[in-house]
Amino acid sequence: MIHYIIRRFLYAIPLLMGVNILTFVLFFIVNSPDDMARMQLGQKYVTGQAISNWKHQHGYDLPLLWNDTEKGEKKITRTIFYQKSAGLFMFRFGVSDSGRNIGADIQERMWPSLAIALPTLCVGLMVDISFALLMALFRGSYLERAGIVLCVILMSISSLFYIIGGQFFIAKLLRLVPISGYDDDMAAIKFLILPVLIGVISGVGSGVRWYRTLFLEEVEKDYVRTARAKGLSETQTLFRHVLRNALIPVLTGVVVILPLLFMGSLIMESFFSIPGLGSYTIDAINSQDFAIVRAMVFLGSVLYVLGLLLTDISYTLVDPRVRLS
Amino acid sequence: MSSFLSMKIQTYEVLLFLAVFLTACDVSPLNDPYPENESKLSILYQSFSERPKHLDPAVAYSENEYAFIAQIYEPPFQYHYLKRPYQLTPLTASKMPEINYLNKQGEKLGEDAKESDIAYTDYVIDIQPNIQYQPHPALAKNERGDYIYHHLTEAQIQSLNTLNDFKETGSRELTAEDYVYQIKRLANPKIQSPIAEIMKNYIVGFDDFSKQASDKQKTDIKNMPMSGVEAINRYRYSVRIKGKYPQFRFWLAMPFFSAMPWEADVFYDQSGLSDKNITLDWFPLGTGPYLLAENNPNRRMILLKNPLFHLEKYPSEGEPEDKQNGLLIDAGKRLPFIDKVEFMLEKETIPYWTKFLQGYYDASGISSDSFDQAVQFTGSGGVALTSSMKKKGVRMQTLVETSIFYMGFNMLDTTVGGDSERARKLRQAIAIAVDYEEYISIFRNGRGVVAQGVIPPGIFGYVEGKDGINSYSYDWVDGKPQRKKIDVARKLVAEAGYPDGIDPKTGEALILYFDTTSVSIDDRPTMNWYRKQFEKLGITLVIRATDYNRFQEKMRAGNEQIFVWGWNADYPDPENLFFLLYGANSKVKHGGENAVNYQNPEFDRLFELMRNMDNSEQRYRIIQKLQEIVRRDAPWVFGFYPKNFSLYHSWYSNLKPNSMANNRLKYTRIDPDARAEKRQAWNKPIFWPLALGGLLFVLMLLPAFNAYRRRARETLQ
Repeated sequence: MIHYIIRRFLYAIPLLMGVNILTFVLFFIVNSPDDMARMQLGQKYVTGQAISNWKHQHGYDLPLLWNDTEKGEKKITRTIFYQKSAGLFMFRFGVSDSGRNIGADIQERMWPSLAIALPTLCVGLMVDISFALLMALFRGSYLERAGIVLCVILMSISSLFYIIGGQFFIAKLLRLVPISGYDDDMAAIKFLILPVLIGVISGVGSGVRWYRTLFLEEVEKDYVRTARAKGLSETQTLFRHVLRNALIPVLTGVVVILPLLFMGSLIMESFFSIPGLGSYTIDAINSQDFAIVRAMVFLGSVLYVLGLLLTDISYTLVDPRVRLS
Repeated sequence: MSSFLSMKIQTYEVLLFLAVFLTACDVSPLNDPYPENESKLSILYQSFSERPKHLDPAVAYSENEYAFIAQIYEPPFQYHYLKRPYQLTPLTASKMPEINYLNKQGEKLGEDAKESDIAYTDYVIDIQPNIQYQPHPALAKNERGDYIYHHLTEAQIQSLNTLNDFKETGSRELTAEDYVYQIKRLANPKIQSPIAEIMKNYIVGFDDFSKQASDKQKTDIKNMPMSGVEAINRYRYSVRIKGKYPQFRFWLAMPFFSAMPWEADVFYDQSGLSDKNITLDWFPLGTGPYLLAENNPNRRMILLKNPLFHLEKYPSEGEPEDKQNGLLIDAGKRLPFIDKVEFMLEKETIPYWTKFLQGYYDASGISSDSFDQAVQFTGSGGVALTSSMKKKGVRMQTLVETSIFYMGFNMLDTTVGGDSERARKLRQAIAIAVDYEEYISIFRNGRGVVAQGVIPPGIFGYVEGKDGINSYSYDWVDGKPQRKKIDVARKLVAEAGYPDGIDPKTGEALILYFDTTSVSIDDRPTMNWYRKQFEKLGITLVIRATDYNRFQEKMRAGNEQIFVWGWNADYPDPENLFFLLYGANSKVKHGGENAVNYQNPEFDRLFELMRNMDNSEQRYRIIQKLQEIVRRDAPWVFGFYPKNFSLYHSWYSNLKPNSMANNRLKYTRIDPDARAEKRQAWNKPIFWPLALGGLLFVLMLLPAFNAYRRRARETLQ
C-alpha cells in the first residue's frame, strides 16, 4: 500500500502543476497586472508611475510565463508564474496583494469553516441515514411515497431560500439565536446552531434519497433474504445487516469530502458573517487578489487529491476484498 | 383527596411553567450576539461590510479605512464638528497654520501678494506640547532607556501571534519631527502612498526625496532630509509648497498628514513579523482618542479608549439650531464619551438590518431592501420614518453628500463630443431628456438631489434657488426648478441634424453607445430606463456592458461614448470638483481625472485663476462663470448629489451629519442602560412554534409507528 500511496502522490504533482498553470492563465486572461494594481490602488489619482511602483513592489513587473531578457534557467524563474507559484509546492502561500500573509490567514480562517462544516456533516449524516432507513423500512407504502415527494420538494428549494427563510423565522421572528456573527471557543456555539440547522435541512432531500437508494439495493440481496428466513425481524435485519453493509459506500462518500470541509461554504459564511475560508475566497475574487485565489485553488486541489487517496485507503479498511496495488 | 389535589396542583404548575416558558415573558434574549456582561457597558456597536485594505495613514484612502484610522491617528487640523459651512480647526496643532508667501529669491511677501509673484508658500505649524502616543510595544523601553522590542530574535518572533502578545508597552510625547517623518513616508516609493504623485507637484523636495529613497530601506528615511519640510523645533515644523496652493490646508486635515513615530517603522520592519500579519498596515500607532485593541478584519475590530489621550473638549459653539437640538449639552466636556467601539463584519444586508431592529447595532444606513420598512414619503414629497420606526424611537438624519454622479460624454467622440454647435445641441437635448428626478425616485428611493451644476451643496460656490439652476435644462416655475419639456429637447436634436432622432447618413434612428460595468441581471431595469430616456428623442441607445477592467481600458483609450461616473470631494473646495473638467487633467492625453476629456480654453483659463484664490466675492463670480460654461457645453449631464439616510436608536446622542469629518466617534455618546432595557423588551424569545412543530412531528410519526406494528404482526402471522 505504501507504494500505492507514493505513486498517487507522484501522480498528484503534474496534476497540481496543471491546475496551477490553468488558474494562472485564466486569471491573467481576465486581469492584467495593471488591472490588479488599479484595483489595489483605488479609484483616485492612479497614475502610470503609481501603477509601475505597485507592480515592482509586488513582483508583477516581470513577464508572465517566459522571460526573453534573461539567460538560462532565469528565462523561467524570472517570471511571474515561477515567482508566485513555485513556493506553493512547499506550502508557502506568500503575501496577498493587499499585504497580508496568506498562510497565517488560512490557518486562522480554516477553523470557523470547520466549525460549521463538521457538525453539519455529522448531524446531517445521522438525520439522513435515520430517515433513509425509515423509508427503506416502509418501502412500497404510502409513507415512502410521501417521503420521496417531500425529499424532491426539499431538493428543489434553493439553498439561499433556506438561509434567508431560516434567518427570518428562527432568528428574527422567534428570536432564538443570533441572526449572524461568530465568536471564539464555546461562545461560538450559539452562532453555529442556525447555520448548522439550515445546512442539515437543506441537505436532507438529496441525502435521504441517496442513502435510501443504497439501503434498498442492499435490502434486495441474498444475505438479507437469508437473515429474514432465519426469523430476524425487519428492524433487526435493517440495523444489524443492511446498515452495516450499506455503510461502505456511505463511508467512502464521506471520506472523500472530509479534507474539503476546511474550504468552507461560500454562501453560508457570507450570510452568517462567519470568518471562514469560503468568504475569504469570494472576497479575493471580488478584489482581484491573485495571490489568494491561486493559493485557495491550489489548496482546494491538494485537498481533493488527498480526499480521493483517503477514499481508496478507506475502501481497503472497510472491505477486506479490496486490495491496493 | 389530598393526593388528588396535589396532583392537580402539579399539573397546574406544569401548565403554568409551560405557559411561562412558551410565552417567555422574562427570559433573557437568546439572540444577543454579544457577551451578557457587556450589555450595560458604554460600548458602541457598528458594522463593516468589507475589510479595510490598509490602516497605514500614508496608504489608506477609502471611507471604510477612514472609519478606523481617523479615530486613531491625528493630523494637525480637523473639521469643526458642528459649524457649517465646513470649517477647519486645530487638532494637535495649537493654532491655525501660519502661511508665508515667498518669491523666487525666498523673500517674504505680504498676504495680498499677487499669485504670479508667489514662488513658494510656507505652512508653519505649531503643535501642542504634552500629547502622548497610545501605549504600544514599539515605544516600550527598558530601565536603561533602550527600546525593548526593536531587535527581536527569531525565537521571540516565533512565539508571537498578535500584537497583544507583547507584554510591555510604552509611550512618548508627540513631536514635530513625527509629522515631518510622515511626509517623508508619503514620498517613499516603498510605502506606495496614493497621494505621492499629487504631492510631488506641490511639496518642495518631495520628488527628489522620492528618488533618493527608492533604493533605501524603509527605516533609512528618518535621517534623510527633504528640502521643503523641516522640524524647526520640538513643537514646530514647516512645509514649503510650490506657488500658492490654499487647498493644502485641507490636506493637512486628512489622515495622510498624521504624525507617525519613526519607532513604528523600525519595530514593524523586523523580518518575521509580517509573516504573522503584524504590520503597521494592520496595527496602527497614533495619538487619537481610540486605539485598535483587536484587529481581526475577518470578524471584528475593536477600538478602545486611548488611556493617554490628550485633553480635547466637546465644542461649545455651533449653528444656531444646535442648542435646540441638544447638540451642545456636552459642551466643554472631555472627549471621548464612549469607552469601546466594536465593529462587526456584516456582509449581507438582511442580518445587518435585523440586528439594528433588534437593538444590536446602534446605527444603520438604509438599504433598498429595507427602505419601505423604514421610510415613507409624506404628502408634501418629504420623507418621514414609518410608524414602526417611530414606535421604536428610531431617529433619522439625512445628509446631501459632497459627491456627484453624472452622465459623461466623451468629448473626443465624433458624434457626441467636440466643440461644434451640432454636438453641443445634441448633448443639451440629452441633458433634458434624461430625467434624473425619475431616476432618483425609481432607483434610489428618493435618496438624491438632482444636480444643477458641478458643485454639491455645502461647498463654496453652490447656489440654491432660481440663480442656481441649469437654465439649459430647467425653467424656474412656481418657485422650483422644472425640467424643460421634451419638445424643447426634440427641437435641439433636430437642430443638431437629427430630426426625430434620425441620422441622415443612415436614414435610421441615431445610434449612441452607453458603456457600463453594470452587467448583472439586477442592472437590466436601470439600463432599460436609460434606453427609454433616449427613445424620447428617437435615439437608439446601445448598452455596451463589460467588466470593470475592460471599462477602465476603454476610458483610458477614449473608446467610450457615453458613461456614468461619480466623484466624492476630498475637501470642501470647488477646485476639487472643477478640476474634473480641466483640460490638463484629460484622461486620454494626461491620464488625469477629466474622464470626459473636456477641453475649453476659457474654462481652463478661469479655472487656473480660481483654483488658488481664497474664497471671496471675486472667486464666487468666477465659479458661477465656470458653472455657466459647463452647463452650456454640457460635457456632463449633471446627475444627482447622493443623499445619505441614516437611522439611529434613541440611546445614541450628539449626532450631526458631517461628510468631511471622519473622526466623529469621539463626539458621540450612548446611554447603555436605556439600550439594555430596550433590547430586553424587543428580544423576548418565542418558543411555542417549536413545541407545535414537535407535536406535529410526533403526529406525523404515529401512522408510521402504526404501520410498523401492523407489518410486524403480518410478518409474525
